[in-house]
Amino acid sequence: MADKIKKYINSLFLWELLKGLRLTGRYMFKRKITVQYPEEKTPQSHRFRGLHALRRYPNGEERCIACKLCEAVCPAVAITIESEPRDDGSRRTTRYDIDLTKCIFCGFCEESCPVDSIVETRIFEYHGEKRGDLLMTKPRLLEIGDMVEKQLAEDRAKDALYR
Amino acid sequence: MSDDQITIEVDGKSLKANKGQMLIEITDANDIYVPRFCYHKKLTVAANCRMCLVEVEKAPKPLPACATPVMDGMKVKTRSKLAVNAQKSIMEFLLINHPLDCPICDQGGECELQDLAMGYGGDVSRYQEKKRVVKDKNIGPLIQTDLTRCIHCTRCVRFGEEVAGLREMGATGRGENMEIGTYIEKSVNSEMSGNIIDLCPVGALTSKPFRYSARTWELVEKDGIAPHDSVGSNIHIHIKGDRVKRVAPADNEAINEVWLSDRDRFSYEGIYSEDRLQNPMIKEEGVWKEVDWETALDVVKQKLGSALESHGANQLGVLASPSSTLEELYLLQKIARAVGTNNIDARLRQVDFSDQNSVSQFPWLGTSIADLETLQSALLIGSNVRKEQPIINHRLRKAALKGAAIMMLNPVDYDFNYPVETKTIVAPEKMPMELAAILKALIETTGQSIDEQTKQCIDNIDITDAHRKMADKLANADDAIVLLGNIATAHPHFSLLRSLAGLIAKHSNSKIGYLSEAANSSGVWLSGVLPHRLAGGVESTNVGLNTHAMLQEKLKAYVLMGVEPEMDCWDSRAARTAMNEAELVISLTAYRSDEIEKYADVMLPVSVFAETSGTFINNAGSSQTFAGVVPPVGQARPAWKFLRVLGNLFNLDGFDYESSSDVLDEVMQSIGEIKTNNMDQWQSPTSLEPASNDLQRITEIPMNMIDSICRRAVSLQKTADVSDGAIHINTALAGKNNLTDADNARVEQDENSVTLKVVVDDRVPDDCVLIQAAHIAQIDLGASFGSIRIAKA
Repeated sequence: MADKIKKYINSLFLWELLKGLRLTGRYMFKRKITVQYPEEKTPQSHRFRGLHALRRYPNGEERCIACKLCEAVCPAVAITIESEPRDDGSRRTTRYDIDLTKCIFCGFCEESCPVDSIVETRIFEYHGEKRGDLLMTKPRLLEIGDMVEKQLAEDRAKDALYR
Repeated sequence: MSDDQITIEVDGKSLKANKGQMLIEITDANDIYVPRFCYHKKLTVAANCRMCLVEVEKAPKPLPACATPVMDGMKVKTRSKLAVNAQKSIMEFLLINHPLDCPICDQGGECELQDLAMGYGGDVSRYQEKKRVVKDKNIGPLIQTDLTRCIHCTRCVRFGEEVAGLREMGATGRGENMEIGTYIEKSVNSEMSGNIIDLCPVGALTSKPFRYSARTWELVEKDGIAPHDSVGSNIHIHIKGDRVKRVAPADNEAINEVWLSDRDRFSYEGIYSEDRLQNPMIKEEGVWKEVDWETALDVVKQKLGSALESHGANQLGVLASPSSTLEELYLLQKIARAVGTNNIDARLRQVDFSDQNSVSQFPWLGTSIADLETLQSALLIGSNVRKEQPIINHRLRKAALKGAAIMMLNPVDYDFNYPVETKTIVAPEKMPMELAAILKALIETTGQSIDEQTKQCIDNIDITDAHRKMADKLANADDAIVLLGNIATAHPHFSLLRSLAGLIAKHSNSKIGYLSEAANSSGVWLSGVLPHRLAGGVESTNVGLNTHAMLQEKLKAYVLMGVEPEMDCWDSRAARTAMNEAELVISLTAYRSDEIEKYADVMLPVSVFAETSGTFINNAGSSQTFAGVVPPVGQARPAWKFLRVLGNLFNLDGFDYESSSDVLDEVMQSIGEIKTNNMDQWQSPTSLEPASNDLQRITEIPMNMIDSICRRAVSLQKTADVSDGAIHINTALAGKNNLTDADNARVEQDENSVTLKVVVDDRVPDDCVLIQAAHIAQIDLGASFGSIRIAKA
């Protein structure tokens, strides 16, 4: 009986509502954490796994040696590589495709690479208007690598201790 | 239990063994794995890698399993702490100088060192010093060396000495300075050299054509049968996606053991030649036009139909490649006979067909391939077996090393990789004389009687000690064979050679056999692609024209299956003329060439080996069926499918096959049992013509020119076993004609003449000119044997 009366009074004076409003009110005066994307951006880890890139050595030589370990390890089968001996006799790719519509950004390719060639950059703001736009080819990947090489090298250096 | 059997204990299991066996043989036979690098079951024991160290009770130190003979009651532990520690230490030593460049190494993924390093290698190398680097050697167009990776197991060196019979590879230097290489900087020139690729446990020797084109884990392994010689070696075809990436041998103790000839290993490159015909093509007013299959089939039906109508079926000639599958051959002859012609043949490099009726079911090897090893004596007539059937040569080599007397009667002094008891090198014309002399010597020694006609023939022949020796060796061996090779088959007096060889075999109580040329030479006979016999060896009531007659008579229409007549036929000039003058030439071909485009009216793209299912019957009579493993290039289709549809188009009965195995069932039914018997009804020789004084032409088909696939396999064409388009003459003849090496000579045969380069080659006997066939420069000359004239150009 007493329970019923208590319930009746609580609902009559909108007690639940006031409880909710108290929480809302508390947050109203707290420091805001919303990031005003795209004007503001969240900080990124140096291990961030975004868009892929192929790196070069400082002398401009491409790193990739077509060992195909990334192709083998890729759980989404997103990487396709074809290789042949280059004129100087070294082992090189003639084709290096990553299908970003398949990629799950697990980072295994980067981890398996014996020469730090295929890497995932911090770039995550990209889009494709057509399906083919998300099929990354070797020249595009190298281009991305060239674009952000400085950052890539810094990030790898930071992580070197743990690898 | 016999005296030789003993019992040993390995890892607590008691195992039976024979005295004298090595420990590793017992463990291998019982599925106990002992790691190894240098041990190989087909090579001698070197015991230099030390990886197979195992613990043997009462032995003070671990012993190498590959070099430890079993003893009764021996107790062995392969996984004990002592054994595993020893193996781990060995692995550490091996890895000291190994570059660990697995990511760029073609062996990566199938590397024995890589595999064992997973089990026995450390995580981190303790070795901080500089690793050694070895300069790579260029050993030819087939094998790539990366000698820094070498772990000095010496398998390749032992293979060279023991199997290939060439002491080409060797180890120079000692300890850390030991290097594998050729003693003098040159390419390894062996017909079996590709096997060192398989033998090498690391990536020091890898395939050059395959280099960097795929990783081993991407490849799918399918079974196949090698299509280039009559051995029928079993192969693994490694494919990636839709392409054949490489070929490796499959074990078959009865046929190729674990080996494979280079020709069979590297010919796959020919599948993807630029010459491959991609679409059916028809010639309209001299211009080639690509069409689809339906149009092409209509054109074939209409053109062939009208040719048959206006000239009659007797004016149709059908030529097939003896490398076609049994199913293709059978359907081809079925159609040919259904439209009314018996002018069908696949014996392209033969000219003397006079005793074709006396051949039993098919020209058989005379024994099984494995039994060649136990021969005591063999006489080879007109055969360069080493290049023509490398696997058979390997068996003969084993016999020779066990002491068998291998004797040769050849028109060219070919090099063999084993001791040859006696060899007689004479001009082709004199070969029957030599055989007759051996026969006479044989009759003398054995005192047997022969028929009057033969006796008259051989009565006036002089015999020498060499003949007596050959006769003696054949007569006194328990197990002897007389083998007729490819040059004998192409000889203008093949029937005479055959009857004399038959008589020699009969009177010396030897077997007689043939070393036939192509993968399905036996299938040609059994499937009835012959003018005088139907499938299963049934005599045909109407005998048609054989290859040579077909080309000489210049028929109005020809159907070619996988044949390039100007390259593949005995008389290249007659073949080309016949084709050019024919009204209709329908070519089922995998390749296009300038020649084919000149004479053909319709080119139909057909698939080559690996692209089609089928059956080959090898020289020893075993039939081996294989599946197609990759889709054909472009619009190419298996020839049997085309022939089946063609049968339907001509409204012929019995062409409703659904798969090649339906065809096979039908062929096999008509063949019945494959009878391996060469006891033919021999014709006795009627006369022996004395040799003329003319200069004689000898024609050989170099190993890698044998068929259209090999001729287009890029790497094989870079080897030494290809036609050089030159005349080979010996020093004496060169001197007589005032010619030296690299001169040009005017070569005349009949009324035709061409200018060819001169190669001074002392393997050629006096008064003979050796020309290598299937070369564009010599097509105009013509017949493979006969009189020839040379002069300085």
